[in-house]
Amino acid sequence: MSTRLAKGGRLIDRSASQEFTFNGKRLKGYKGDTLAAALLANDQMLVGRSFKYHRPRGIVAAGPEEPNALVNLGRGGRFEPNQRTTTTELFDGLEATSQNHWPSLEYDVGVVNNYVARFLPAGFYYKTFIHPRPFWKHVFEPVIRQSAGLGKAPKDRDADRYEQAYAFCDLLVVGGGVAGLHAALVAGRSGARVIVLEQTAIWGGRAPVDAEVIDGKPAGDWVEAAVAELAAMPNVTLKIRTMGAGVYDHGYVLADEKVADHTPGDGRPKHRLWRIRAGKILTATGAIERPLSFAGNDIPGVMLAASVRDYVVNYAVSPGDRTVVVTNNDDAYRTAIALVEAGLSVPAIIDARANVTGELPAKARALGIRIEAGRGVAKVLGGKRVTGVSICLQAGEGAVVDEIACDAIAMSGGWSPVVHLYSHCGGKLVWDTVSAHFRPDAAKPPINHDGGAMVYAAGIANGAMTTAAALADADTQARAALQALGIAAKSGNVPQADIVTEAAMEAVWIMPQGAGPALKAKMWLDYQNDVKVSDVQLAAREGYESVEHTKRYTTLGMATDQGKLSNINGLAVLAQALNEDIPQVGTTTFRPPYTPVTLGALAGEARGDIFQPLRRTPIHGWHEQHAAYFEPVGLWRRPYTFPRSGETHAQAVHREVLNTRTNVGMLDASTLGKIIVKGPDAGRFLDMLYTGVMSTLPVGKCRYGLMCNEQGFLSDDGVVARIDEDTWLCHTTSGGADRIHAWMEDWLQCEWWDWKVYTANVTEQYAQVAIVGPKARQLLEKLGGMDVSREALPFMQWADGTLGGFPVRVYRISFSGELSYEIAVPASHGLAFWEACQKAGADLGVMPYGTEALHIMRAEKGFIMIGDETDGTVIPQDLNLDWAISKKKEDFLGKRGQQRNHLASPDRWKLVGFEALDGSVIPDGAYVVDAGLNANGQRNVQGRITSTYFSPTLKKGIAMGLLKHGPKRMGEVVEFGTVKNGVKGTLKARVVDPVFYDKDGEKQNV
Amino acid sequence: MKRYSVFAIAREAMRHHSGWERAWRSPEPKKHYDAIIIGAGGHGLASAYYLGKNFGITNVAVIEKGWLGGGNTGRNTTIIRSNYLQDPSAAIYEKARSLYETLSQDLNYNVMFSPRGLLMLAQTHHEVRGYLRTVHANALQGVETEWIEPARVKELVPIINIDGPRYPVLGALYQARGGTARHDAVAWGYARACSDMGMDIIQQCEVKGVRSENGNVTGIDTTKGFIGCKKLGIVVAGHSGQVADMAGFRLPVEAVALQALVSEPIKPCMDVVVMANTVHGYMSQSDKGEMVIGGGTDGFNNFTQRGSFHHIEETLRALIETFPMISRLKMLRQWGGIVDMTGDRSPIISKTPLGNCFMNCGWGTGGFKAIPGSGWAMAELMAKGEPGPLAADFSMWRFKEGQFIDESVAAGVAH
Amino acid sequence: MLILECPYCGVKAEETELSPGYEAHLKRFGPGSTDEEFESYMFARKNPKGVHFERWRHAYGCGKWFLAARCTATLEVFGTYPAQSSEPPADLVAKIKAKRPDWKGYK
Repeated sequence: MSTRLAKGGRLIDRSASQEFTFNGKRLKGYKGDTLAAALLANDQMLVGRSFKYHRPRGIVAAGPEEPNALVNLGRGGRFEPNQRTTTTELFDGLEATSQNHWPSLEYDVGVVNNYVARFLPAGFYYKTFIHPRPFWKHVFEPVIRQSAGLGKAPKDRDADRYEQAYAFCDLLVVGGGVAGLHAALVAGRSGARVIVLEQTAIWGGRAPVDAEVIDGKPAGDWVEAAVAELAAMPNVTLKIRTMGAGVYDHGYVLADEKVADHTPGDGRPKHRLWRIRAGKILTATGAIERPLSFAGNDIPGVMLAASVRDYVVNYAVSPGDRTVVVTNNDDAYRTAIALVEAGLSVPAIIDARANVTGELPAKARALGIRIEAGRGVAKVLGGKRVTGVSICLQAGEGAVVDEIACDAIAMSGGWSPVVHLYSHCGGKLVWDTVSAHFRPDAAKPPINHDGGAMVYAAGIANGAMTTAAALADADTQARAALQALGIAAKSGNVPQADIVTEAAMEAVWIMPQGAGPALKAKMWLDYQNDVKVSDVQLAAREGYESVEHTKRYTTLGMATDQGKLSNINGLAVLAQALNEDIPQVGTTTFRPPYTPVTLGALAGEARGDIFQPLRRTPIHGWHEQHAAYFEPVGLWRRPYTFPRSGETHAQAVHREVLNTRTNVGMLDASTLGKIIVKGPDAGRFLDMLYTGVMSTLPVGKCRYGLMCNEQGFLSDDGVVARIDEDTWLCHTTSGGADRIHAWMEDWLQCEWWDWKVYTANVTEQYAQVAIVGPKARQLLEKLGGMDVSREALPFMQWADGTLGGFPVRVYRISFSGELSYEIAVPASHGLAFWEACQKAGADLGVMPYGTEALHIMRAEKGFIMIGDETDGTVIPQDLNLDWAISKKKEDFLGKRGQQRNHLASPDRWKLVGFEALDGSVIPDGAYVVDAGLNANGQRNVQGRITSTYFSPTLKKGIAMGLLKHGPKRMGEVVEFGTVKNGVKGTLKARVVDPVFYDKDGEKQNV
Repeated sequence: MKRYSVFAIAREAMRHHSGWERAWRSPEPKKHYDAIIIGAGGHGLASAYYLGKNFGITNVAVIEKGWLGGGNTGRNTTIIRSNYLQDPSAAIYEKARSLYETLSQDLNYNVMFSPRGLLMLAQTHHEVRGYLRTVHANALQGVETEWIEPARVKELVPIINIDGPRYPVLGALYQARGGTARHDAVAWGYARACSDMGMDIIQQCEVKGVRSENGNVTGIDTTKGFIGCKKLGIVVAGHSGQVADMAGFRLPVEAVALQALVSEPIKPCMDVVVMANTVHGYMSQSDKGEMVIGGGTDGFNNFTQRGSFHHIEETLRALIETFPMISRLKMLRQWGGIVDMTGDRSPIISKTPLGNCFMNCGWGTGGFKAIPGSGWAMAELMAKGEPGPLAADFSMWRFKEGQFIDESVAAGVAH
Repeated sequence: MLILECPYCGVKAEETELSPGYEAHLKRFGPGSTDEEFESYMFARKNPKGVHFERWRHAYGCGKWFLAARCTATLEVFGTYPAQSSEPPADLVAKIKAKRPDWKGYK
């Protein structure tokens, strides 16, 4: 059984007991434990079920590479699936439940998959479930979906918050082991701005666990001193619990700081996402131990050798009473020694190498540990827990030569440097035949913006596999990075670690070497996704030869650990199957993040009300107080209508229309774009920008203008006012202001850069209020201050003055067909002016109206709306706006585009009005059908609706739309295809003039 | 070729699966082929497959620089839909969708087409109008879509937040027979079927030049030597510009990176595919349980298949607003795909200035869903030398005429 | 996440401060040009896998448009210069040629 040892544990505080639950069971651990350590201390080795076969799964590792020990953590708004117990710090009150089983962890019905596993090899689903056809969606897939998926889906809104922070540095050091700390010391002492990231809560990495000696001191003491020195440097920032997640282009790094994972609900953000821009990045990320592929290597109790050491030394937890060590290298002997020194039994070390020499084996022998050289594991005995191991010759086919009873197995297949961050941006790797691993290729680093190296790997992450070598390499790499940064490195000594001579490891990819198919079908490569040696060999046999094919066909390395344990072993098995060298087969691409990052942290604080910036007009608060129903228009929110109590939105809109047409209405038009164009060449510039002529517009007058893109398609419209000799004010649509301003700047800066023109987007400098309706003039006269009579201020003119004491610019323009004034006031006066108008208009029946009433009134009048009548494929000529296009101008933006065949065709669809014969409202977006089908069997069409409303004024449905040869077909009855609740139908309508109301403009010209 | 079936699996299980054949052969190139297709992605392989199936042309090689299916076919978000607005798009995407319905049976390879339903959320009144227009267009195009109200949206997607403070859901365009398929399986299934017809799929073979005589293509220079052909199809997505350059013409295409990510797997919580175009995010849940999330494109020419961050950030913000429960899920993996964008964001299936040389490219962010239809149309074009009705409107000369197929008008985006 | 130095304000600008504008040094064809000329202006793009001359606007900074030479395969930036340039500066061209001997020039 696994248990807590009576003494020891460098990271735990035995005086601080902490209570937690696992599947409802109340258990105890200590402050400093990881959840995995605490579970093991309570003899909870079985912690989950695998993905495919639902096999029992135990804790394998002690770090982020853990593929098995994932749990559902917390509850309600703090429920989180797939939490790795090996990186979860224990806290009092922690609640965890195991995943992917039914009805319980111990008795999982899904394990039936395990008994039929031979029928479910890699990719079996590609070969079956093909017939009968409907069964995939209705039978097979639902079953597969239900059995896959690991953790439960959260149900509630996240109770936590997240924040993001920005940081800049010369050198970013990822990894707080001795290599990273020394590199940081070199850079920090040289005056560089340094940030050091460590994913755990503890500095120092493996060296203290492995009892290394640096500069004559225990590694732990050296680490303490190094951290203290770094902490005292103002140019160095140290971050623990912060994982270097991803390296992006040009030195951009994301790091995920677990601020409050271990103190949930304390008010701090759960995570802080660091967005770091680094001059150079140094990865001292260490290495990950590899499992060995032997039959039954997935049975709970089989663990990585160094992880076993971690549990014993760091947490005083023994994974088993009798632990057999299986290895192909000397490092695993440290585990055997640590176990024996902790008073535990190691019945044997099974070493695949025929010759076992070196300091560590000698020490093990001296401790009386039996060493079986040239041997391998034939098979692990046990079901939900290891009960023993049968031994064979490594060189043979698996004939059992001995059986040893044990309750844990510590395995080591060698070490793979953590090259993820080096590879994220294209850094290449080389295969190291001595250590049988990929390490960074310093000749092909990821490239920075200046073409130089962006990432330097250092220490064990760079393949310098001993503490002494790692420190020396860290020194070299840090100096190289500083030199590239142009920072003079201060000279200093490399810390000297005591050298423990290790004999060479021997690559072992399958144990035993000649294992037959029955054994290979029990050798797990990917524990979570249930990929076995036999699966990879099957993929190779079937021609899925590239590592990417094999990975995708078998799902090797696609689990939540992203192949941290399985990739190299799988690759080696594939290479053997293909009879190729490992480097020829290549490696898969490493993608960010290094370990999974919570989506909430990536999204940051932009949630709820601050999800996106909200643009408010000066009058916005008044609308809110008056129960406006808003609609989003870009980042603005505009009142759609102002419903009164008991009114539907439609009723409110109709009231607003009728009141405006009979009395007077007010619209907050502040969102309308307002761009000042000024300078000696401003007129010439506007003549290029607009389809019409603006240079000839007299001062004091207004003119409607259209803007097209270079393709010739209509992109925006609005009224232009000539302010003075060299100043124009261009109104744009609400959504178009920023776009059109950028468009102007583009042409002025990049094409006509010698033209003397300045532009300024003054949209937010002014509030703009439209006073609309037959009593509009009366309202303004009540405010008083300037002459707004027909004579003094005729239609399509503007004037400066005061109204009710406010400084105003009044435009006589109309988008409703009514007598209408649009009044601009400085933004700071906006609300007061609006309220003054409300007051002045009270006995005239003034009411505010929203965007929908605006739309209806403009449609009644046959005015086009950008975004309704236009969709990016419509040219002004389609909308019968030829009158706004200058024939005389040689050039304007869009003119050449409009001359192309398709745009100049006489067969284009053109604007008309439609009226349903039955007076109903024609459905939005309906098409006018034509006879027959096209070559693809689609019904031919000849037109479509662009705007359609019930007109409260005319008490019937009205519509605008485009129709082939439209204006020539007035009075014709056409047929629309309709669809309602899935039922197709038709609707007949008459082609009419699109101006439904006041055709002669008598109402606006009063 | 041995047929795949549950019986075949049972038989093989008894002998440790030692009897399975290669899914496709790995031949050396012959000296000459009737047709060569450059690019063994989904579109290239489908083009070859329908050349054989529909036109009996099987002396065909598919040349691939890397590994088959290793480009965008294997790095997209696997959405299949045909709710397009414009007639030519609706025709080819619906053709593709309908071929997907029976593709597993046609290929004897389970591509896991799952018509689980697809929703495009309308979150502004403008979007509502746009999708109503699409529903009407689709009804006349023979594409089955419908407009559904918010209550029905909530019923189909229980995890959705209908009443978001900024962009409440006003309804959705729903295509019940839209869905997803297993992307790799599509490439592998076509490859296996092509190989079975005797076609040569030549991987790890880079094209170095295109040779021609008297204005007609004669073959290609490759890292495995010269290979002659009567007809050449170029189906290389992001690298179309480079190969077109070898063939002597320039394309209205730019390559940009499209961002995508998946979460860790969780138990099923969302059956349908949801696209929220106002806030630029779309999401589905794979059979493995991962939430598959698509983001935006970077706005600059880019040939690196790397993930970027700020688009992912925006996408996730939007999706957490839409589906608050995903906040505590974790991003497992992010990546970028190189997409080839044309001037109107619609594809090109076209003859080219070089005789007997044909181009299929420009699928942008929406290629996976089109694979069977694209292959069908390309095969017809290559076999007959002239485009059939499906390809007719996708000529590369449409840009000169100004005859665009612009889907952005439907408020939707072309994912 | 690119960094480009704005040649106007000297700021090393983050990608998020910038708005992209695709290929630089296009010649505008207006009325009077042939269909082919107009098409080439609107649509034909070099789209090289290698050195690319392109437009950027320091949109959330000084607001100025500028031009950049950048490798689309490695994302190395060779230099930036003002948008008011008919062709790339000679020293930039020389720098690129030195770094990329196979480069065929910006046209």
